[in-house]
This record gives sequence, structure tokens and C-alpha cells, in this order.
Amino acid sequence: MTPPNQQRLWRFHGGLHLPDNKAQSLGRELTQATVPQRLILPLQQHIGEEDKPLVAVGERVLKGQMIARSKAYISAPIHAPTSGTVASIGPEPIPHPSGLVATCIVIEPDGEDAWAELPEPMDDYQQRDRADLRERVRWAGIVGLGGAAFPTSVKLNPGPNVRIKTLIINGAECEPYITCDDMLMRTRAPRIVSGIKILKHLLEVEECLIGIEDNKPVAIAAMRQAVTDAGLQKTRVVTIPTLYPSGGEKQLIHILTGKEVPSHAIPAQIGVVCHNVGTTAAIADAVLEGKPLLSRIVTLTGDGVAEPRNLEALIGTPVSDLIAQAGGYTNAVYKLILGGPMMGIALHTDAVPLTKAANCLLVASREEAPDPSPVRPCIRCGECARVCPVSLLPQQMYWYARAKDFDKVQAYNLFDCIECGCCSHVCPAHLPLVQFYRFAKNEIWAQEEEKRKAEQARQRHEARQARLERLERERKAKLRKKKEALEKKKGAGGKEQDAKKAAIEAAMKRVAEKKAAAAAPKNTEGLTPAQQRQVDNAEARRRAAETEGEQEK
Amino acid sequence: MEFPTETSPHTARPNSVDTVMLRVILALIPGIVAMVWYFGWGTLINILLASITAVTAEALVMKLRHKPVLFAISDLSAVVTAMLFAIAVPPLLPWWLTVLGVLFAIVVVKQLYGGLGYNPFNPAMAAYVLLLISYPVDMTNWLPPRMLNDHPLGFIQTLHTIFAGHLPAGLTWDTVSGATPLDEMRTQLDMNRMISEIRQSPLWGDFGARGWEWIGNWFLLGGLWLLYKRVISWHIPVSMLSGLIVMAGLFYIADPNTHPFPLFHMFSGGAILGAFFIATDPVTAATTKKGQIIYGAAIGVLVFLIRTFGGYPDAVAFAVLLMNLAAPTIDYYTQPRVFGHKRGQT
Ligand code: SF4
Ligand code: SF4
Repeated sequence: MTPPNQQRLWRFHGGLHLPDNKAQSLGRELTQATVPQRLILPLQQHIGEEDKPLVAVGERVLKGQMIARSKAYISAPIHAPTSGTVASIGPEPIPHPSGLVATCIVIEPDGEDAWAELPEPMDDYQQRDRADLRERVRWAGIVGLGGAAFPTSVKLNPGPNVRIKTLIINGAECEPYITCDDMLMRTRAPRIVSGIKILKHLLEVEECLIGIEDNKPVAIAAMRQAVTDAGLQKTRVVTIPTLYPSGGEKQLIHILTGKEVPSHAIPAQIGVVCHNVGTTAAIADAVLEGKPLLSRIVTLTGDGVAEPRNLEALIGTPVSDLIAQAGGYTNAVYKLILGGPMMGIALHTDAVPLTKAANCLLVASREEAPDPSPVRPCIRCGECARVCPVSLLPQQMYWYARAKDFDKVQAYNLFDCIECGCCSHVCPAHLPLVQFYRFAKNEIWAQEEEKRKAEQARQRHEARQARLERLERERKAKLRKKKEALEKKKGAGGKEQDAKKAAIEAAMKRVAEKKAAAAAPKNTEGLTPAQQRQVDNAEARRRAAETEGEQEK
Repeated sequence: MEFPTETSPHTARPNSVDTVMLRVILALIPGIVAMVWYFGWGTLINILLASITAVTAEALVMKLRHKPVLFAISDLSAVVTAMLFAIAVPPLLPWWLTVLGVLFAIVVVKQLYGGLGYNPFNPAMAAYVLLLISYPVDMTNWLPPRMLNDHPLGFIQTLHTIFAGHLPAGLTWDTVSGATPLDEMRTQLDMNRMISEIRQSPLWGDFGARGWEWIGNWFLLGGLWLLYKRVISWHIPVSMLSGLIVMAGLFYIADPNTHPFPLFHMFSGGAILGAFFIATDPVTAATTKKGQIIYGAAIGVLVFLIRTFGGYPDAVAFAVLLMNLAAPTIDYYTQPRVFGHKRGQT
């Protein structure tokens, strides 16, 4: 028996009580979306390296067949969501705030839904090598389905010296309007629990806490039942107060454990790993059935759509198709938001596809998502600081971001900002605070990138210079040797020559060291420092694992 | 279909500067009504005159700065400044002094520093201090409250006095005006009289000065409403009044004959108004919670010290201005600990 909710809870600073607007999309059953005419699969649906296509235009693909992959450790492969023909590989609009296009594989389904040969189910995963299990998750192309899109297999490998104590399953779903996780927990709690079992085995953790906000009683009951049925030990469903943004990874960990993930660190450093409920269910599918990630539940909601609901849709389904299956647009439609109202990105077109991390399409009316109101000067009221879940001083960051004083803005811990939007929401001056923080972050990344490039150029130049000098020295040395040889014949030697030789060797060594430094791991562009840290850690672990492997051989 | 693509959050904003200012104005009304009740029409006339002057001045400056005029004055901040100034000055202050003060507040203290949000000093208090120093006689010429006033002026008489600059025929300042209770207390104390003797005077009421104590209560009511509406937080008012009461209490315990009871300090001058409406001006106050407590407490202590040992009877304006100066420094040293950072590490 799981004991009732006797867990002690902690509270993070600030946060907002927002109208949750979740009832709209929960009134209809979860249904399967139809297979569209075209499936558009961006080659990058995850944080990390972009995938390379494994198929050619015109080729027939089968459902579940891997169609794109990257060799990089931080990446996730893509599979064909149904059988059909590769119609094109090229630029298509993707869900991105600046309306970018990116390379996508477009599949025209043939309606047969014929499966490719799948890897065998691993029902006996308890007996399997953990590396095999991780490899399965990696193969399945699973990323954080809560919206983070970080490759899940990487998170399953905290490294040899890290001991994970607590597994946290994120069912908080704190952002208004979004209900896909709620729906998943209501309908597939046993599947999530199977995933939890696998994760507990994989990460060798004893304790698991499932955090769900108290505005989801049905989901809580379903999850409790499933945990009891599965007879899972030391696994508790914990009801947490509804408070935005309690579903933020670091916030949820704090609520449930009282621990703070240090700034610029990942949860594994304090012995915690956190996965979203959808991700957990996808892991179960991959391990127990050998199925890759082909579909996901997505919420369609807002006053701009006729029949708000949740749909289970194939990855790659165009947003316009999904909206048609939710009764189409109403007259009130004004904005199309991918994600929730607080952190979602506004899409300029519905021609973009559903990606792995897309949890919600909020088709908002003008009342729900009004145009930004005119901005007044900051009156230093401190409301923004009162609600900031990270205890930052948003008005100070705003001040320096606007003045482009990027050193100062970093001194006020810009990079701890999770862009939750609380500060902008409450600001009586209606300042677009988060926009300024994004701007500052982008500028700082750009500057660092530039510095890095300049540094590389300088090093290349110096290396070339050194090479030329070395050649010159060698030439001279040769000449000298010849001379010496001649002089030796005359019976003369010299210590002086040895000293020169040592100096040359030292110089050459320095150059070699510099070269090695220049070849240090490359930054992956557009990552937050936390993500970068994750990437770096993972790379380090991979290298460590490789050397270990080599030693074993 | 094309959709607009602003960045998140996409929500309707629940709060606005206009609403904040409007609420402050509404919260002032009970206290203002009480002032009119006890001291006659002068305060109301001053408020109207000051508001018109402030809005006109703000509009002109905005026009000169090529900023949208209507949008700027619709934030109501100029009206708030005007009202606070008009409440602070004597009810029969000659009109041109009111106009001069408000012009100084809006044009120099507020706009020359960049306008709303940029002024380091509280405009109403800066103007009050300027007038107090330059025109000490006019600025200390208060009226007795109605129950002690043998010659209360009617509306027309008040209007005449303010705009003509002299009293209606047959009246002299000696008969009409009186010192403020704080002023009176000082004068009496300077004459080495004991508190027990001084308190015999009909000027004193149950816990403060007669009339004044009730005005204080009505402003308190407005202030509590602002707290309830979350326009202000408790930190500054509570710490300021605590600072004042603790200081007054200590001195009172040490020598109750020469130091009035602490509640006298709270209910005889501008302490309540200052705690809820002036020290809480967000633009010029400290913004961190810890900082606000320090800021408020320091104002409370300063009010007591200036009242007791300084050259002017009431001290809220001086204390607030002094602490305005310190606010940025206080903020700097009281930054909250950021999530995931160790204490002391930024
Ligand atoms: S909430 Fe807005 S107006 Fe208030 S301090 Fe923050 S940025 Fe300034
Ligand atoms: S967006 Fe950043 S600064 Fe604003 S409340 Fe959220 S974490 Fe704090």
C-alpha cells in the first residue's frame, strides 16, 4: 500500500495563482487523430546535434523505421510514424518563434500503416544490462516530452560516480490550459507506472516521488491506483498545491525534496533525476514493446478552436490538420500558441508540424492573448521580484538589459532566469521583461561565440606563425649543424648548441599544447548554460565510458 | 492563415500603473474628508488647485519632450503627487505657494530627472521641504480643529483667503490660525514645561492631538485598504511606525516628563499618512523586502529624532528625503538569495 500523502512539502519563492483553464479541453475523450496526407518531420526535434537523413527521396519507409539519426551523443533519432513514401527532404516551416524554416523529411503515408521489423520486447529488463536498456531508449528517439526536448537516454546515464537517490516523475502540469499529461495519467496510468519501474531499475533508485498539482484529482486517483496495483515500493504520488511554475524541474524538485539544484548544475548533482510522465510512458513503450516514439498526446484548446480536446497524433502531423480535428477555428481565433500562455511560442502559421516536445496548441482569442498594451516606465514597485520563483531582481535585470550592460545583467544572475513569465505577467508598467532577458541572453551568447571564433582565429594565426618560425629555425639549425660538423672536424664542440635545442623543443611543445586547447569540445549553439552544462557533462561521461571500455578490452 | 507572433507571456495583464495610482487616490479620500471636516475647505481647494497645476505642468513638459501627452497624464501619477503635497501644506496656504510647490515637484524633481520612475526623490516631499525652508511662516500657519476654532471660515471666505492672500475683513491671523500640535508641543517643551502640564491644553485628545488623531485614523483606513488590495506591502508602513514607536517609547520610558507618549507621535502629525502613502512611494523607496524594512525603520527613527532634536516640528518629509538618498544603496546590500545559490554568493 502506498501511504497517503504524508510527504512534507516545501515552497519556492513567489509564483502565481493563475486561472487554470483546464476544464475546456478535458470535456472530450482522448481520441486518435487521423493520419494526415503529409507528415513533416524536422531533423531536429531535440536539444543537441541535428540528425542526418537515412532515407532518400522516393524511398518507401515502414512504420517505426529509423529515418534520421546523428552520431553525436546528445541527439535523438527520428522514425517514420507510419508507412509511406519519402516525398521530399528540404526546408519546411517549423515551430519556431522567428518563423524559421528547417530541413524536414516529408512522408506521404500509403494508408497501410505497415510496421517495420521492431526490436524484441525486453520484458525481462530486470535481467538485462543497463547499457542495453539505455541503448533501447536512445534508439527509440525519446526526448523530454514535457517541452524540454532533451534526449532522455542522456539523462538516464548520470555517470559512474553519481549516485541517484530520488526519481521524480513530473505530472505537475502547472501551466494553464495544458491537459495532455492529465489526460495521459487518467487514461494510461499503468503504462506510466511500468515506465517508473524501468526507470527505478535503470537508475538504481529506491525512492520515487510522483508530483501532481491538486487541481487534477482524477489523475491523482488513477496514478495512486496504478502504483498500488503494481505493488511498487517506496513510490508515492504526492499532491502538490497548484502554483505556477511548480512544474519547472528545479521548482518541482524543491517542492518535493526541499533541495535546491545549484545554479548552473543539473539535478543529478544532488542525487535527483526528474522525468515527465509522458516521457516515462514512452520509455515503457520502447522497452516493453520495442516501439519507438511515433506519436504523442497534444492538447488543442482556447476560445479560437471549436471543440477543445486532447488528441493522440503522429509526430509530424501538420497543426492545421489537428485544428480541423478539433472542430476548426472559431471566429474568435487570434493567436496560435505552441505550449501554454506563460511560456509558449506564438506560431505565425499553422502549416508547421507537431514535434515531439509539442504539448499544447493554444488557439487563443484576443481576450485570452491580447496585444501587448502600451508600456510605461518601471515604477520600481517590486511586484516582479515578489513573484519570481528564482528570487531574482527582475527590474534590475531589465534595467541593465535595456542599457545593454551585459556584465551587470549577468551579475544579477540573468542565466538563472527560467523565463517563466511571472514577472512580465504582474508588471503594472506592462514591460516585456522576459523579452529583454531573452534578448540579453542571445546577445551574450553571440558575443561569446564571436570571442570564441576570434580566439580560434588568433590561435590559428599564432600556430601558423609558430610553424613558420619553427621551419625557419629548423632550416637555420640544419645549416648550423652542417657548420658544426665542419667545425667538429676542426675539433670544436659546444654546449651552447644543446641549450638552443632545448629552447626549440620547448617552443614546439607549447605550440602543440595550444593546438590541443583549440580542439576543445565545440559549443552547441543556442543552448542555455544549464543545457550546455548537461551536454558537457554528458560528453565527459561518454569519454569516461569510452576510456573505461577501452581499458576493459 | 497568419498569426501575430509576440513573445511570451501571452496573458492579459491583471495590473497597471493607472490602477495603482487610482487606488492610491481613492485610499486618500477618507483622510481628506476628515481634514475638510476638521480644518475646513482649504485642503480641498488646495487639492484641486494642485492637481490642475500638476496635470497642466506634466502635459506641457511631455509636449516639450515630444512624448504622448494624454497617455502620460493618464497614469495619474501627477495627481497623486499633487494630492500628497496639498494634504501636507496648511489649508490656507496662499495659492501661489501651492502652484510654486507643485511646479517644483513636477517640473524639477520629477521631470528633470526623467519623469515617472526615474526621480530619486519623492516630488511632493521635496516641494514641501523647499517651501518650508523658503516660506516658514506661511508653511506653519495651521488652523485649529473645528471644535477649538471660534472663527471657522466658510467656503467663500476660505477661497478668498487663499486667492487674495489675506483674511476676510474683520479677521486676523491671530484669531484664525493656530500652530500644529507638534509645533505646540515643541514650543511648550522648549519653555521647560512638563508633559503632564502641556496635556492639560484642550489641543490634546485621547491618544494624539484632537482632530489630528481622527484624521490619522481615516488615513490609516485608506492605507489598510491599499494593503488589502496589494498596492503596497506591509514592510514599509509597519517598520516605519515601529521605528517611530520604539524610539518614542524608549525616550518616554527614560523620561515621561519631557517626552510625550508614543501614540502622540503616531497620531499628531503626518506619521500615518507618511507611513502608508509617502514612504511607500515605489519609485523612491527601497524595493527589496529586507531593504524596505530597513528603509521604513530608518524613516521612523529619523522622524522621531528630527521631531525631538531637529529644527522643524514635523519631520516626515525630511526623513523620507534622506532615506530616498539611501534607497539604492540599501537595495544593493539587501539582494535576496537567488535560488540555487549559496548565501552571500551572487
Ligand atoms: S513589476 Fe514592472 S514596474 Fe514593478 S518593479 Fe518590476 S519592472 Fe518595475
Ligand atoms: S521570467 Fe525570469 S526573472 Fe521573470 S519571474 Fe521568471 S525566472 Fe524570474
